[in-house]
Amino acid sequence: MDLLLAPFMLRALLAAAVTGLAAPAVGTYLVQRRLSLMGDGIGHVCVTGVALGLLTGTSPTLTAVIVAILGALLIELIRSTGKATGDVALALLFYGGIAGGLLLVSLAGNGVFALQQYLFGSINTISPSAVLVSVALAVVVLVLSFALLPQLFSVANDEDYARTTGLSVRFYNVVISVLAAVTVSVAMRTVGLLLVSALMIIPVATAQQFSRGFRTTMLGAMVAGTVAAVGGVGVSAFADVPPGATIVLVSLAGFALTAPLGLVVQRRRRALLPFPVQALSPVAETHDTVEEPHGHEHGPRCGHPAVEHGDHVDYIHHGHRHASHGGHYVEH
Amino acid sequence: MNTPYIVEVRRAGVALGGRPIVRDIDLAVRAGEVVALLGANGSGKSTLVKAVVGLHPLSAGEVQLFGEPLADFHEWHRLGYVPQRSPSAQGVPSTVAEVVAAGRLSRRRPFMPARRSDREAVSRALDAVGLRDRARHPVSTLSGGQHQRVLIARTLAGEPELLVLDEPNAGVDLASQEAIAGTLSSLAAEGATIVVVLHELGHLADMIQRSVVLREGRVVYDGPPQDSPTEHDLHHEHHRPSTPPVVHPPLKAPLDRRA
Repeated sequence: MDLLLAPFMLRALLAAAVTGLAAPAVGTYLVQRRLSLMGDGIGHVCVTGVALGLLTGTSPTLTAVIVAILGALLIELIRSTGKATGDVALALLFYGGIAGGLLLVSLAGNGVFALQQYLFGSINTISPSAVLVSVALAVVVLVLSFALLPQLFSVANDEDYARTTGLSVRFYNVVISVLAAVTVSVAMRTVGLLLVSALMIIPVATAQQFSRGFRTTMLGAMVAGTVAAVGGVGVSAFADVPPGATIVLVSLAGFALTAPLGLVVQRRRRALLPFPVQALSPVAETHDTVEEPHGHEHGPRCGHPAVEHGDHVDYIHHGHRHASHGGHYVEH
Repeated sequence: MNTPYIVEVRRAGVALGGRPIVRDIDLAVRAGEVVALLGANGSGKSTLVKAVVGLHPLSAGEVQLFGEPLADFHEWHRLGYVPQRSPSAQGVPSTVAEVVAAGRLSRRRPFMPARRSDREAVSRALDAVGLRDRARHPVSTLSGGQHQRVLIARTLAGEPELLVLDEPNAGVDLASQEAIAGTLSSLAAEGATIVVVLHELGHLADMIQRSVVLREGRVVYDGPPQDSPTEHDLHHEHHRPSTPPVVHPPLKAPLDRRA
């Protein structure tokens, strides 16, 4: 127990907790926008930022935040102008970021080893001032994620519609990008740049198996992220394994353990569906007239599952589909 | 009639990827009118309404909403757009109430929590489409028709004066079509201006006061719905009374087999 109460351990646990809270909050927006890999892209760009800090002798966290924001804006610009698809834009930044970082670090003369604590995290050697910066940035990210939730949700959910309610879609997309960039810089010391995206996405994947809504997904993901981050640091303290990788593996274990339960929940939810919409088929299908007597007229409340079928509605009746046609029912 | 124009489209053209989709269209809708935009697939009706609500830039002409040119238009709470339902699944689950609440954002300021009036507007909108009991359900568990009703409720939550709907009956079961027709009729009775893109009048036939028929990006009919050309007319070569029929000279492509 003494180990867990040591000052460096408390700092590590605090840094892990705020990362575990902030990363999934932003991750929920990224998953909603189908940009799950954006965190990775920004993480790679951050390598250049860190290297710039090492080269110029300034704080690598500061340069990382600045370069990450520039990279995020660049991704958003490429994506919104449609010059390249989102994933190509991300790929370009992946490679540019890593290559630029390696080049700058070799110029600085301290080799790739200097980068290692940023690539894989170094939460156990984090300084009090670095913890303070992490907490402050995480608070900013969390406040914005929640205060602007209705607007950010609307833009991520249906960009065109959001525009017709007078929202500045570009502004809110930039806000999400900047939040992602700041989060990556916060998580850099905890899980490292190469694994930062995992803490943004895996908790969301875990939470959305069970949640019904966007807000509950976000809150659930924040709980899952915090548990994984704090648990991962705790495990690594006793087992003497690297904390960054442990946090990610604990997070993945959480997803794997809840997946069977999630499958059950999903299946029960699917059963609530009125009935899957059949693909429209322009070719007339063979129709058989059903002779069996009908005690009732099929309708919205007759109890038989309704299926949309082209221009009309069929009703499932004893394992086949009935369609009202004139005075009788035809079987499809 | 001295009622003001709510929508005024003057000589508007829209080109998508360099291809003209909407050409030289004039359309004026007065307050309280219920107008159907009809036409075959690809006739430009969806593109036209998207241009009217500011989602497609104009290549020519101008659009005014409530007497303001679109570029200067800021009273977005007066406009309610219902996009065509897209089947694409969302990344994160969202509840019916969350989606409908997005329609209220035209009347809310950023950083301000929802007020009582906002929550009441969302409840009323859900009531209007008959989905109050589904408010806490994930959107992904709804049928196509219910989903379309959610999109309409989202727009109603903003309490707009002008409603622009894009094919609200496409892929929608009959029960939902009736529910949608009922909702729109009561809105029209309350004085809302409605522009609705339709493939056919269907359940909405009773409430439509005016039909505008598009063909290849041009207006070919504008008048009472009962006189509008039928689907059959539009799929065949015909000529308008005002313009002589276009007779194409016989053309032969270079590689056509010579007769």
